[in-house]
Amino acid sequence: MNLSTLLLIILAGSAVAYFIGYTRSQQIAKPIGGVRHLATLPTYYASMMTLWALIPALLLVFFWSVLDGAIIDSLVKSSLPQEAKRLSEENLGLIMSQVSNVASGIGSIDVLGQEYAPAVERLVSLTAISQRAMPLLAFCVLVLGALMGFRAVRATNNARYTVEKIFNVAIFVCSSIAIFTTFGIVFSVLFESIHFFQKVPFFDFLLGTHWSPQIAIRADQAGASGSFGVIPLIVGTLLISMIALSIAVPVGLMSAIYLSEYATSKTRSIVKPMLEILAGVPTVVYGFFAALTVAPAIRHYGDQLRVWGADNDITWLANLAVSSESALATGMVMGVMIIPFVSSLSDDVINAVPQSLRDGSYALGATQSETIKKVVFPAALPGIVGGVLLAASRAIGETMIVVMAAGLAANLTVNPLEAVTTVTVQIVTLLVGDQEFDSAKTLAAFALGLFLFVITLALNVIALKVVKKYREQYD
Amino acid sequence: MTNSTNTEASQAITQLFEDRTLLAKKRAVARKRRNRSEQRFRWAGRLSIAFGIACVLFLFTDIISKGIGAFTQTYVDVEITFNQETLGLSSQSTEQEIKAASFSSFYKKALREKYPEITGRKEKRELYAMFTSDMPLILRNMVVADPSIMGSTQIISMIADDDFDTYYKHSYGRDLDEADKISRLSDMQEGLVDSLAKSGAVKTKFNTILFTNSDSREPELAGIKGAVVGSILTLLVTLALSFPIAVATAIYLEEFAPTNRITDFIEVNINNLAAVPSVIFGLLGLAIFINFFGMPRSVPLLGGFVLTLMTLPTIIISSRAAIKAVPPSIREAALGMGASKVQTVIHHVLPLAMPGMLTGTIIGMSQALGETAPLLMIGMVAFIVDVPTGITDSATVLPVQIFLWSDSPERAFVEKTSAAIMVLLTFLICMNSFAVWLRKRLERRW
Repeated sequence: MNLSTLLLIILAGSAVAYFIGYTRSQQIAKPIGGVRHLATLPTYYASMMTLWALIPALLLVFFWSVLDGAIIDSLVKSSLPQEAKRLSEENLGLIMSQVSNVASGIGSIDVLGQEYAPAVERLVSLTAISQRAMPLLAFCVLVLGALMGFRAVRATNNARYTVEKIFNVAIFVCSSIAIFTTFGIVFSVLFESIHFFQKVPFFDFLLGTHWSPQIAIRADQAGASGSFGVIPLIVGTLLISMIALSIAVPVGLMSAIYLSEYATSKTRSIVKPMLEILAGVPTVVYGFFAALTVAPAIRHYGDQLRVWGADNDITWLANLAVSSESALATGMVMGVMIIPFVSSLSDDVINAVPQSLRDGSYALGATQSETIKKVVFPAALPGIVGGVLLAASRAIGETMIVVMAAGLAANLTVNPLEAVTTVTVQIVTLLVGDQEFDSAKTLAAFALGLFLFVITLALNVIALKVVKKYREQYD
Repeated sequence: MTNSTNTEASQAITQLFEDRTLLAKKRAVARKRRNRSEQRFRWAGRLSIAFGIACVLFLFTDIISKGIGAFTQTYVDVEITFNQETLGLSSQSTEQEIKAASFSSFYKKALREKYPEITGRKEKRELYAMFTSDMPLILRNMVVADPSIMGSTQIISMIADDDFDTYYKHSYGRDLDEADKISRLSDMQEGLVDSLAKSGAVKTKFNTILFTNSDSREPELAGIKGAVVGSILTLLVTLALSFPIAVATAIYLEEFAPTNRITDFIEVNINNLAAVPSVIFGLLGLAIFINFFGMPRSVPLLGGFVLTLMTLPTIIISSRAAIKAVPPSIREAALGMGASKVQTVIHHVLPLAMPGMLTGTIIGMSQALGETAPLLMIGMVAFIVDVPTGITDSATVLPVQIFLWSDSPERAFVEKTSAAIMVLLTFLICMNSFAVWLRKRLERRW
């Protein structure tokens, strides 16, 4: 049975439980003189019964879905032939996936060998049992839970306490998901990174200047041992982020200043949403725009400049070479994407500067721009720095624009007209498509992920601290 | 003596006068300088805003001008006789017989008979390449649907191949330089297009294929239906998980949480998660959901899980702001009437905070709709032709479809990609306008 239908059936079942609970509590109330003689309102009895029905069934479905794969796996492993059990972890995994392929009808048993037939049969039968047993068991648990709930519908039983207790537990569990997510991220990238650093020394990774993660498929293949020096990626990332910030920060900051200090409220109400459109455009659209419009345009103008330079004997212009995946194009488009981010953050901090400071400055005869430059801007500086740091962390972590418009080859260069690659591009290219999970190539992506996570986290923590400290000053 | 004092005095006066005019001049110069710098500053602001708006306009005009062509498709009306002998079928044939018949050779033969002057092997191949390679399949389906057409002659609206389509829409009959002409057709094919167009058989119609087909290797047959359905399923999972969890978290943190270390820790975590790059959530999905829990790859359920974790902080933060905005007097009144804490929150605070929460949720959903990177990591990039029917079917989503198409070398796919972007942006604009409308409509000032 489909998981979605099962969930729908469980939901429908608990809705039925709600109505039964409601009518039952009214039935109980009738002989004792109405609802007010019950310990609590009928809706609470009904909700209690729903929860009794819903929660155990949902828990069963959840744990069953999580655990059945592992349990079936271990049972199937036990019916593998003797020589297969002595295999190493990796080879065993390979055999298991072949077994499951044969079980699902891909390939024939002859490839594996007849001695694996019992394992395949076992897998087929166990999967069938699991698929049939789960809905049945879930339904039984649902009915049983509802019955337990039904028994608890009594005039003296205050169902509200139960319901509120469950509510309190539920909202606490929900809010701890944030913690679990963080732990999940940390552990997933940390464990795989530790595996990676067992294969590649930590300092080779951090200080190496050569990145080419191709690893030979056969051991005797030449020239493909893979090297994992992260420096070219860092330089590439920083180069693109710097170009992005050098566009986004001045433009974003100046438009925030103009909108909050000069513009009339009518202009602001039109212009601000227009700028915010830029923030709502998906990054894949920016990537398409960068790769198909901006990068070719920059290359075109670069070529024209080169021709012009050659005609006028300007040597450095005549030698100009613009890559079709130039860091400049990528950085510029990313800068446009970050403009609204910088502008809305700066807008907040500029508006938080008290009016009295401006009034004092005007009273001394300063013009509006002098007031902004010499009073408002210094007062808002910590907040603006915080905003710029957040923007930088966003630029470093941005993925789709660079995946679509930046290069794949890791060049160690600071020339914005050449193609560079970034940390996020490498994570995506290493992990998209088919992959073996234990190769250094795949694990390298997790090491890069850890690196990215640490950098952006540090930037965010610093930025939030700076902003917070500054807010306290004026509040 | 008096003379000299007079002269001295007059000199002093002149000096003073000169000094004052000098000073006034200096001041005027300084004022001008200051005014100029004031003006410069204002213009810098105006230019920044103009740059931002120009970027918006340029982006949109670029996408629209590239993509508008994909909403029409070229068809060619061709008369085809369903020859009973060639196909070996009659109007009484069963479905199985029809499916076994070789429509491919029949279709090629029909085309050859239409153009008996085309004889060379290469030319013949070029002739077949004028129409989409799925034509035999389409003809077969026509016969399956209505076997009585066997033996009759029908006017078939044939789907033009992408090269034909692009050439006809963008270059045919226009006075263009060779360099501006977009054509991958041979001279013979261009001649065929010309004769077909002159006979009035070539028509451009609204491209329904784009909306009714799923992904395909052939640009003229590729559509976004599968991706749109995948996006909707993924978003439904995301909404079903993230909205209740985010609201519960916001309620806990605002109304119930004691001030202790755990609460602080939760808050710090939420704020940091809001700024974690989205690609990291893809790594999380890969390592935890796929490798640890063994969930299947590329399914909307998994995509929904990952996007839920990603959008949770956004929705939590806006929901908390909405709860905070409900004045304490409401809570006090409810508590004063004897409501329990939970009743106060559910019956009074939550309904009043709902508009703000819904706005935050819609904004979070539009973020999730446009997100690509984490979905690439969990394998939603596969080439999937079938429309997903449930949350555990393999699927792709609209932004990933855009990513995949933008990688394709065919020029027609650039057009398709831009069209898909237009559809995606339409969805996003609708969602965001709805959020703004909701906020304006339901927002209450206390």
